[in-house]
Amino acid sequence: MPIPVRLRVNDTERHHDIEPRTLLVHYLRDHLGLTGTHVGCETGICGACTVLVDGKAVKSCTMFAVQADGSAVTTIEGVANGHLHPVQQGFWDCHGLQCGYCTPGMIMASIHLLAQNPKPTRDEVAEGLRGNLCRCTGYSHILDAVAQASGQPIRSEVARG
Amino acid sequence: MADKYVGKALKRIEDPRLIKGIGTYVDDIRLPGLLHAAILRSPHAHARITRVKTDAAKAIPGVVGVFTGADVNASCGSVPCAAAIPDLKAPTHTVLAGDRVYFVGHAVAVAVATDPYIARDAVDAIDVDYEPLPAVTDAEAAAKSGSPLTHPSLGTNVAYTQSTAGGTAIDEAFRRADRVIKHRLYHQRLTPMPIEPRGVVASFNQGEGTLTLYSSTQIPHLIRTLLPGMINVPENKMRIVAPEVGGGFGAKLNVYIEEALVAHLAMRLRAPVKWIESRRENAAATIHGRDQIGDYEIAVRNDGTILGIKSRTIADLGAYNQLLTPAIPTLTGLVLTGCYRIPAVKIDIVGVYTNKMATDAYRGAGRPEATYLIERLMDVVANELNLDRLELRLKHFPAPTDFPFSQSCGLTYDSGNYQAALAKAKELAGWDQLMKERTAARAAGRLFGIGVSTYVEICAMGPSAAMPAGGWEWGCVRMEISGKVTVITGVSPHGQGEETTFAQIAADRLGVPIEDVVVLHGDTNVAHYGRDTYGSRGTAVGGTAIVMSIDKIITKAKALAAHLLETTADHVEFANGVFKSPGVTNREIPWVELAGAAYVAKSLPPGFEPGLEASSFFEPSNFTFPFGTHICCVEVDRDTGQVKITKYVAVDDCGPQINPLLVEGQVQGGIAHSIGQVLFEQTIYDSEGQLLTGEFMDYAMPRAVDIPDYVLGHTVTPSPVNPLGVKGVGEAGTIGATPAIANAVLDALSTLGVTHLDLPMTPQRVWQAIKTKAPAGATV
Repeated sequence: MPIPVRLRVNDTERHHDIEPRTLLVHYLRDHLGLTGTHVGCETGICGACTVLVDGKAVKSCTMFAVQADGSAVTTIEGVANGHLHPVQQGFWDCHGLQCGYCTPGMIMASIHLLAQNPKPTRDEVAEGLRGNLCRCTGYSHILDAVAQASGQPIRSEVARG
Repeated sequence: MADKYVGKALKRIEDPRLIKGIGTYVDDIRLPGLLHAAILRSPHAHARITRVKTDAAKAIPGVVGVFTGADVNASCGSVPCAAAIPDLKAPTHTVLAGDRVYFVGHAVAVAVATDPYIARDAVDAIDVDYEPLPAVTDAEAAAKSGSPLTHPSLGTNVAYTQSTAGGTAIDEAFRRADRVIKHRLYHQRLTPMPIEPRGVVASFNQGEGTLTLYSSTQIPHLIRTLLPGMINVPENKMRIVAPEVGGGFGAKLNVYIEEALVAHLAMRLRAPVKWIESRRENAAATIHGRDQIGDYEIAVRNDGTILGIKSRTIADLGAYNQLLTPAIPTLTGLVLTGCYRIPAVKIDIVGVYTNKMATDAYRGAGRPEATYLIERLMDVVANELNLDRLELRLKHFPAPTDFPFSQSCGLTYDSGNYQAALAKAKELAGWDQLMKERTAARAAGRLFGIGVSTYVEICAMGPSAAMPAGGWEWGCVRMEISGKVTVITGVSPHGQGEETTFAQIAADRLGVPIEDVVVLHGDTNVAHYGRDTYGSRGTAVGGTAIVMSIDKIITKAKALAAHLLETTADHVEFANGVFKSPGVTNREIPWVELAGAAYVAKSLPPGFEPGLEASSFFEPSNFTFPFGTHICCVEVDRDTGQVKITKYVAVDDCGPQINPLLVEGQVQGGIAHSIGQVLFEQTIYDSEGQLLTGEFMDYAMPRAVDIPDYVLGHTVTPSPVNPLGVKGVGEAGTIGATPAIANAVLDALSTLGVTHLDLPMTPQRVWQAIKTKAPAGATV
């Protein structure tokens, strides 16, 4: 039995009648067409589905859309306002992505991390991204990307032999 | 030709769409009337299916159909294996199970519905009665007579045996030995785990009789070659599209049941059908890697001279042969001698069926197994004979002047300077200082280890004679009428970045701004032919087809320029995108003018075909053989068994680097796979064939916190095999790093007398080893 859900997604009011079992990630992808949020594991481990719900990083594959009723949701499609977000720019400049599948979740988790801690150490970034898996990059360039986005030096450049 | 772009660490052209979340992966494809498929899979490793009831599933509103093997197998052929193994005993691999299931995850039935949630409801409502049968889970036991059988119809679990010898006489080598050192190594089963699971969307145009198949695959062209034989749609009515592909690592180098099944369903139901793999399905029913047990004997002189190696490998193939399953262990044999001059080899391989998912090519495919074993053995020999491990390696390196170097397994290494890579790595690591640190750490009672691996691997796959389905690559370059350049490649990148590297190559060679170049791939209607992406072949083989096409275009353009400049082609000079003929005329013709003339075709030389497009097939004369040295330092926590990597130096030689930033990314990503393999990862089936590592929760992959700071360096030894001189780098990290890390852990534990640990060296396993060796109550 569909029930109403009302969210503010990327600064736009949205309301639909949906099956209560609809996961937030599927609501975003299938009802709103925001396919930048990816599903990697359906168990909240990989973080490819990370979005911001009221400013907090949330795994949207383990949250029902109705649980987010009344909330403001930001997806990867909503972070660039005319120009790339500094975290997006960091991922681009530092080669922080290869296949790109984990990237939207990585970027959303990094944005949340920098909101909490604007100048994190490299270890703090690594710790903060514990909930996001990447199988391509080996993470080092991702840590560079977040360092750049926070206005700090990039490690890899120093270490190139 | 000025290198304005090649060699520069440019950021990637493909990235903006990916960082904005507007790239299109298979699951992002929306088609009108799209139906959704979900697959019911066996919970048993081996069982007889006595009954399948689908009535309840079919009755669910929204369910369009529920099908079993009896419904679809006759229309879907059997899953192909392209490996040419003589006398291979192989079961027929239908898309859905027949009256038996042979592994956990074996597809039994498929439900199709208007909504993916309803399709899963339908799968839950299918009722199957299974009669469990004995499961075969231990490959070594399975190879012995009297074992229960994976496929009773084959009468044996042994799929094939292969025995080869190379170099000088092996028996003579062992007779001349002062000592024979024996060692057993287990290369554990791994799950590739790309973050994007597999997925397929099929759409059939009834009027044209054409099938379009979108698949999260590394090999759209090989699927177009192989799928027609399964579902009876001709190749020229089949379009395969690999859109954005979210990682592969070999897991998507395959033709899977779902590609035939979903295509069949779309034709049968006259509607497009989508199937997206769940993570559990990915862990259970997408190929696994490695899983080889090896017994090795190495014949040595007391001065360390290695005379020969005998290798006996038992390879766990799983229940079925996927595309290359039985060929992978044979790749191990090809580089068994690593980067060393070892005169005699004997290689025995036994491929064994078990009630598990098939093993197949996972990042490195055979070469990580070989490198791990030879690099472990070099340390074992050095330790047994009390020799310096670097000296032992140097003693057996061919000299740089020995290339091309014919090794004993039958390959000819194209070019190399192993000494230079080792020297560079030592320098970057501060070797002498490291050794002092180790001495000081050990004096303080700390478990500090240094590991080294010097590796060589096989890339640029490969010469067609050595490949199951052709090893050439196709490419096409078109100078458009506007002066823009379209490059089309038959390789199918899925993260490697060839939209950027091929644009760099084309922009430099054509003398155009890189912004004017577009690289297309992954759609067989656009890239008509190709052999796709695997075996670190993209740039070395695919890039060369692009270079050949560019050369043809420039030659053709010179003929037109000569006509327009009123001279002959040998008086035309081409540089920086401009054609001129100094001494004949001051007139200069840029591409945009020349391309316009070529397509408008008002004034062409006699016999000149309009247009500026060329395509090429490049057939490589040999593989390429990148190499390098990795040095790893670890510290082991005595109380917890936790291994911490404190320093990691990698020097890789992949020839000239088109884009150093991307090379760095490939190396770092590859090393991370090795960190996983050495310290955490293992695909585990229990004794009844239940898969215990069916989720990310149970299959521990490295996270950002597990990654050390890298020091990366390189040497440059061009390959003579292709005009770019490039060798390939996609798998180097994974090949070089596993033994370096493993050797470091064992070096750390050597002070306790630990001489061997199997992978993965988990805290539990390391702690057990420490506990066993260190007397109770002993402190730092």
